[in-house]
Amino acid sequence: MQTLNQALFIFFAVMAVASAVLMVTRRNIVHGAVFLITTLLATAGIFLLLAAEFLFIVQVILYVGGIMVLFVFVIMLVNLDVSMRQVQFNRQWFVAGTLALLLAAQFLYAIWAVRSPGALRLPAPAAEMAPKNTEAVADALFSHYMLPFEIASILLLVAMIGAVVMAKRRTA
Amino acid sequence: MGSRKFGNRQRAVEPQDGHERMSNEHTIKTIAGMDSVNTTVLGADEIILNMGPQHPSTHGVLRVKLKLDGERVAGSECIIGYLHRGVEKIAEHRSYQQFAPYVDRMDYVAAVSNGLGYCEAVEKLLGTEAPPRARVVRTILTELQRIASHLLWLGTHALDIGALTPVFYCFREREEILKIFEKYCGARLTTHAFRIGGLQYETYDGFEEDTKRFCNDFAHKIDEYETLLTENRIWVGRTKGVGILNAADAIALGVTGPVLRASGVRWDLRKAQPYAAYDQYEFDIPTRESGDTYDRYVVRMEEMRQSRRICLQAVENIPTGPIMARIGKVLKPPPGEVYHSIEAPKGELGYYIVSDGTTQPYRVRVRPPSFINLQAFDKMAKGSLIADVVAIIGTIDIVLGEVDR
Amino acid sequence: MGHLIPPSIMPFVLPVLYAVVIVAVLPLLAGYIVLMERKVMADMQARLGPMRVGPHGLLQPIADAVKLLLKEDIIPDKADRLMFWFAPLVSVTMALLAYSALAIGPAFQIADLNIGLLFILAVSSLGIYGIVLGGWASNSHYSLLGALRSAAQLVSYETAAGLGLISVLLLAGSLSMKDIVQAQSDQGVWFGFSVPFGFFIYLVGSIAETNRAPFDLPEAESELVAGYMTEYSGFRWSLYFLAEYANMVIVAGIATTLFLGGWLRPGARYHEHIPGTGIEWLDALPALLALGVALYSLSLAPKQPVKIQKVVMLLVALLCLGMAGVLAGALIAPPAVMQGIHGAFWFMAKVFAYIYAFLWIRFTFPRYRFDQLMRLGWRFLIPLALVNVIGVGVAIVLRQQFAWGPIVSLIPTTLGTLAVAMLLAKDDAPTAAASLADGE
Repeated sequence: MQTLNQALFIFFAVMAVASAVLMVTRRNIVHGAVFLITTLLATAGIFLLLAAEFLFIVQVILYVGGIMVLFVFVIMLVNLDVSMRQVQFNRQWFVAGTLALLLAAQFLYAIWAVRSPGALRLPAPAAEMAPKNTEAVADALFSHYMLPFEIASILLLVAMIGAVVMAKRRTA
Repeated sequence: MGSRKFGNRQRAVEPQDGHERMSNEHTIKTIAGMDSVNTTVLGADEIILNMGPQHPSTHGVLRVKLKLDGERVAGSECIIGYLHRGVEKIAEHRSYQQFAPYVDRMDYVAAVSNGLGYCEAVEKLLGTEAPPRARVVRTILTELQRIASHLLWLGTHALDIGALTPVFYCFREREEILKIFEKYCGARLTTHAFRIGGLQYETYDGFEEDTKRFCNDFAHKIDEYETLLTENRIWVGRTKGVGILNAADAIALGVTGPVLRASGVRWDLRKAQPYAAYDQYEFDIPTRESGDTYDRYVVRMEEMRQSRRICLQAVENIPTGPIMARIGKVLKPPPGEVYHSIEAPKGELGYYIVSDGTTQPYRVRVRPPSFINLQAFDKMAKGSLIADVVAIIGTIDIVLGEVDR
Repeated sequence: MGHLIPPSIMPFVLPVLYAVVIVAVLPLLAGYIVLMERKVMADMQARLGPMRVGPHGLLQPIADAVKLLLKEDIIPDKADRLMFWFAPLVSVTMALLAYSALAIGPAFQIADLNIGLLFILAVSSLGIYGIVLGGWASNSHYSLLGALRSAAQLVSYETAAGLGLISVLLLAGSLSMKDIVQAQSDQGVWFGFSVPFGFFIYLVGSIAETNRAPFDLPEAESELVAGYMTEYSGFRWSLYFLAEYANMVIVAGIATTLFLGGWLRPGARYHEHIPGTGIEWLDALPALLALGVALYSLSLAPKQPVKIQKVVMLLVALLCLGMAGVLAGALIAPPAVMQGIHGAFWFMAKVFAYIYAFLWIRFTFPRYRFDQLMRLGWRFLIPLALVNVIGVGVAIVLRQQFAWGPIVSLIPTTLGTLAVAMLLAKDDAPTAAASLADGE
């Protein structure tokens, strides 16, 4: 079972990294969007391996099934010929590259610093599924985190109304 | 989006005579009058969409060019002539009897009424009249043909709007009528049922029974179609308020038939200028107020019921007597001209025949109802959505054979 | 058998077996649902439907499949080849993936996820990419527009359908498919009867989600904007087609599980026995039905005009006899087996009844225009679904605080939702002049 978990983790991790790399290197922006989708799906898979099934499903429904659909819609409705001919790498690539390398160095240091046998293994899955993830999240959300939840809801409502108002054509 | 793809040149047309060509009406005339390549003035969001001659919903080879502003139709142009066969020219080289089969091929959906119009026109030219028995049988067959034509219209119109089933039911009923025609004159579609001066064939044994049986079954069947469509929310939503034509426009454009009656004008040639045996029977003229697609649907449904009523009355009492008037074998009408029109299922079908005293007419001009009704398409379609264009073409009930001749 | 298979693989044997069965059977099932659709369409249109290929058209799906496989694969010139290849794959994969959480009978489920229902919904919503990418890859202005419209319609009605499902989830208390059916068994009533508006909302939402009439404007042939499938032919098109029908079975499966009692036998409290035996009438019904069909096929066999049709008819009769035997044999097998087999039978029967409703609706109604469709979804179904959810919440309070029974507590909900529905319907008079707020 542990080897299966390990194998799945390696699969999802490779898929996530490879998709991310492909996403930023594609010239065709629709291909880029599709690779972003696969990256997000791989991340969702990793959530599932951590026994956070609610997070997994929410990632799939909302991020991949909602936000990325929005992205794809917009990409397809925009005149792509112009964007395809735009220069993909601008003059700040040197600064950006340096910063990325710095960040990578930080990550590597953090991983090296906590090295000890088994520190980076996935926690063994719980023997019994004690409160199921969805219910645990729901309990927390509606008791301890009620106020932030409601504020987030109102924020989303405002955004929706704003979007509808902006999208209505100004006809007489 | 896409505005560069469709060949519009974004330059203004040179104003001629110092007049600005900016009004919408004028822009439509521009499209209609000239090539779209070099004179079209399109706004930034407008594209031209071509519903080509081959299209499942144009009911024949009709080409419609739509000028679209987003979803809405800003103007349209119908390009016809794909089925033009030169029928009127052919008439000048055929004798009057020889020309009779040609008229069936114009409105091929309602061939019997074409024949009626032509035969009556020539009879008028000759100064004779068909005997009473022939007139009554002609009325029965013409009313059956009206029902058949409306059934075909209903089936195809419903199919365009997405109702997949009524077309089969309508054709099932139409089959019964076509069987009656086949038994009577041997043909189902291009019947050549009538002759100049009356009828060639006596009614067959069982003609009255067949007609009565059909009419008795039919009332129940129309109720079936009405159950499926008339109160159906989706049907009403697709047809109410779509393709409105008001009475003044209808009269100005010369529209006739159910389209006119649905716009509120109570005009039916069977009552206004009775011909054949129509003055002997009681029937109503269905009229509606608003002139949208739904009203045209209701008018035609009611017309089917009224036709059935006429048939039942006529078939009770077919007078005995000769079926053919006393006219010679060789027809040489005296020089002169005549215009005779009848109420065909699609509208006023008129024949203007000029005779020069020989056996062949000098000129036969047909006033096809579909051709004239189609001119109202632009008025009806302007301002509606693309998805409604199909419904509007269907509701005018055109037959390209008649439009193009 | 336990010592033949190493214990580390044991938990995977049955799910893999089920998965193989599903992937093998589903294309055939989809093909036969197409045949069912053609026969039902013909029946409603006063004609016969396919009759020549196989007796009564029974081999028609096989002939169609062979034809589609042998067709030339045409790719439009400027199409994006990667996406063109990828899009139908996405549709089919998502459609098939959804079956992993569906419980066909108490024993046949690939994975009893405790978020089973959410998983199916999530995967179904991923199917949108198949449509959008397919429309895009065709490099046709109108295919793209049709695809985007189809996607917009899907998203809107998914929301409404999801809200309809939520009202039932409140009563079931769990997202696991097995638990939901168990809850219906415990409460003694199918949720389709106690929350009829939830069922209605889900029915309408699922018809729109699968792009079926009266919501099939994006794919209708008589409309000006061609659908996203236009440029696809041959095998690629059949993948889209398979995805569409697989989706139909999925939504029927969800509806059956949540609203129609899943694998519960209708009349679960009707215990009349066949005199002289310990078998209940309703338990014997499946076997009797199969036997009836077998005998009917046998009687039709001699009447077929061609020899091969006679042979196929006899094979069909044999197959039905086999099924009857299995169903009857299950009556005397241990209860777990009987539950499994009869449960699967009742589940599939309900799924087919739901699909029959889809077909019936398709051939009765005309098509909605796109703006009317969106209006219906947003201004009628979603508000109604919200009211329904609130109503069910009230019902739960009535149950918990005032100890009302499972059916009685939902009567105020139903009445309240009915009142709101009538208000909304009256207000929603369809007009062509309704403004079309599109951003296309």
